[in-house]
Amino acid sequence: MSNDVLVITEHMDGKFSDVSFEMVGKAKELASALGGQAVAVVVGSGVSSNVFASDSTIHIDDAALSNFNPEAYGKVIEALVKEKSPRLVMFGWTATGMDLAAWLSARLGKPCAAYVKNIGADLTMSCQAYGGKMVADVAPEGDMAIAAVLAGSFPVEAGQGSTAATQIASPVALDGLKTKFVEAIKPAGGDVDITAQTKLVSIGRGIGSKDNVELAEELAQKLGATVSSSRPVVDAGWLPRTRQVGKSGLKVKPKLYLMLGISGAPEHLEGMKSAELIIAVNTDKKAPIFNVAHYGATADLFEVAEAMLELL
Amino acid sequence: MNIVVAIKHIPSIADDLPVKGNNVDFDSVDFVLNEFDEQSIEQAVLVKEAVGGTVTVVGVDMIGELDNALHLALAKGADKAVKITGDDPSADSHQQAKWLAEAIKGMSADMVFAGVQASNDLDGQIGPMIAAYLDMPYIGGVSSVEVAGDSATVNKEFAGGVGAKYSVSLPMVVGVQASVKPPRYAPVSKVRQVTQTATIEKVAPSGEASSGLTMKKMAPPVVTGHAEMIEGSSKDVAKKIVELLKSKGLA
Ligand SMILES: Cc1cc2nc3c(=O)[nH]c(=O)nc-3n(C[C@H](O)[C@H](O)[C@H](O)COP(=O)(O)OP(=O)(O)OC[C@H]3O[C@@H](n4cnc5c(N)ncnc54)[C@H](O)[C@@H]3O)c2cc1C
Ligand SMILES: Nc1ncnc2c1ncn2[C@@H]1O[C@H](COP(=O)(O)O)[C@@H](O)[C@H]1O
Repeated sequence: MSNDVLVITEHMDGKFSDVSFEMVGKAKELASALGGQAVAVVVGSGVSSNVFASDSTIHIDDAALSNFNPEAYGKVIEALVKEKSPRLVMFGWTATGMDLAAWLSARLGKPCAAYVKNIGADLTMSCQAYGGKMVADVAPEGDMAIAAVLAGSFPVEAGQGSTAATQIASPVALDGLKTKFVEAIKPAGGDVDITAQTKLVSIGRGIGSKDNVELAEELAQKLGATVSSSRPVVDAGWLPRTRQVGKSGLKVKPKLYLMLGISGAPEHLEGMKSAELIIAVNTDKKAPIFNVAHYGATADLFEVAEAMLELL
Repeated sequence: MNIVVAIKHIPSIADDLPVKGNNVDFDSVDFVLNEFDEQSIEQAVLVKEAVGGTVTVVGVDMIGELDNALHLALAKGADKAVKITGDDPSADSHQQAKWLAEAIKGMSADMVFAGVQASNDLDGQIGPMIAAYLDMPYIGGVSSVEVAGDSATVNKEFAGGVGAKYSVSLPMVVGVQASVKPPRYAPVSKVRQVTQTATIEKVAPSGEASSGLTMKKMAPPVVTGHAEMIEGSSKDVAKKIVELLKSKGLA
């Protein structure tokens, strides 16, 4: 049992994600309040791990860990957490952290909060719920807690530094895994690159059907913009995957992001909140997007789009 | 191939969400099937169509309203429906995952499908927890599943079209982000027919687990900023947006 805060960092193609630094910065603050150390944990290879402002960094490198493998990573992290017995373990609430945080919680029988936006010195955690329409404050019981943190919750700079990492061998044997990494999947090419556009007209589930996408295309054309979308539009097959903005889609930073029928779920915000001018049209006056957009209107997107077409 | 799909009924986030005590007031909201569970049902049915087998949908009936969701799943191609009579709206994710894992143990599942998450979570997700309780490997964020013999090949999404392909020896738990094809539509007549004829197997909850989290408070977010709202009719709104864009050289 220690008062340390363990941060499970994440990296891809030799680069750590911002959320890794965000967590290390927060961990330093929490560890000093708790009287422990902020420990950055790096699992995997092909990355220089001396980049954190942590009190210490542990780097576990093994051929079986060179690509993300939830089973292998889970086993390694479980063994390390058992050995270190920290007060708090932080994961990113990301494509990789989501595979591990709740799993570890069930394995160890320790509380885990997801969608964490903030953590108090007493480890009370504020979590987003209901697609950003609610915030829940939860208190973990016992001597160890797990927090799965939303990217963008803390400043990146506070976690950047040059602490020299200690390399250690995997604390568990990694043979006999049931999960095998086969190959990386690269993005499909051939479509416009929405990350390179200065103006986007972005449509959400409110567009209603594939046929209605044409209206957005027409509006975009008049504005010299490109059509992008939220995830459900792509999952429904109304637009190709290359147009998806958000956590599992692309991160965009256009001069104009005109949103038609997008609610503003945290996963969508991750991809567009730093756009220069955000205008949202949504029929629901309580849509979370209105807390983020610069301009908003509680209005029907079809009526507004038709009327805009007449004026352009 | 025995495929089990865990499905969850959640308050519709399109609604107003009134708070009662320290949680959303479940009595005054509509419940809908979690959107990722629609994807998950579709992906499971596609696997069954490809390699044969049975799809069983299972859910914890938290508020006595799960039947609709189970019927919908049957209309979309599931073969059997099971409900765990939890009947405790305050059961946390760990407790629900434990009940699900215990129920699934008896189903000799080759694959368990769960949605990648549900929007009302605090301590989700249940997929990885079921995997932990059943000691099966888990992969989430999955957007395609193929089965050959006793192994599955799944594609996991990271971001921006980047992902990875994994091969996993079965049994396993899959967290579905999206089905490889958009979910099929179940005609109302089919749903009605299923509602009249289907039987739902009931299972008593068994096993105990706790999230170890105490809910202190649930409330709408304290907003630090708000959009400047453009008032008026849709025509007024359009006019003002166009003016705004022109003034900034964006139209
Ligand atoms: C791991 C993970 C990754 C994800 N990655 C992404 C991602 O990359 N990108 C992403 O977008 N989502 C992502 N999501 C999904 C995300 O949680 C939301 O489900 C999604 O962003 C919702 O999209 P939406 O706003 O279009 O739909 P909804 O939330 O359904 O909102 C539709 C909105 O349209 C409005 N509307 C309806 N009709 C009209 C009308 N006629 N006029 C005006 N407004 C109307 C409604 O009021 C509503 O606010 C991810 C989820 C998970 C779990
Ligand atoms: N009460 C439940 N009954 C059945 N499945 C559930 C239940 N709660 C969660 N799940 C499954 O776990 C997934 C993730 O939900 P959650 O853990 O609530 O984010 C859902 O998409 C379902 O597949």
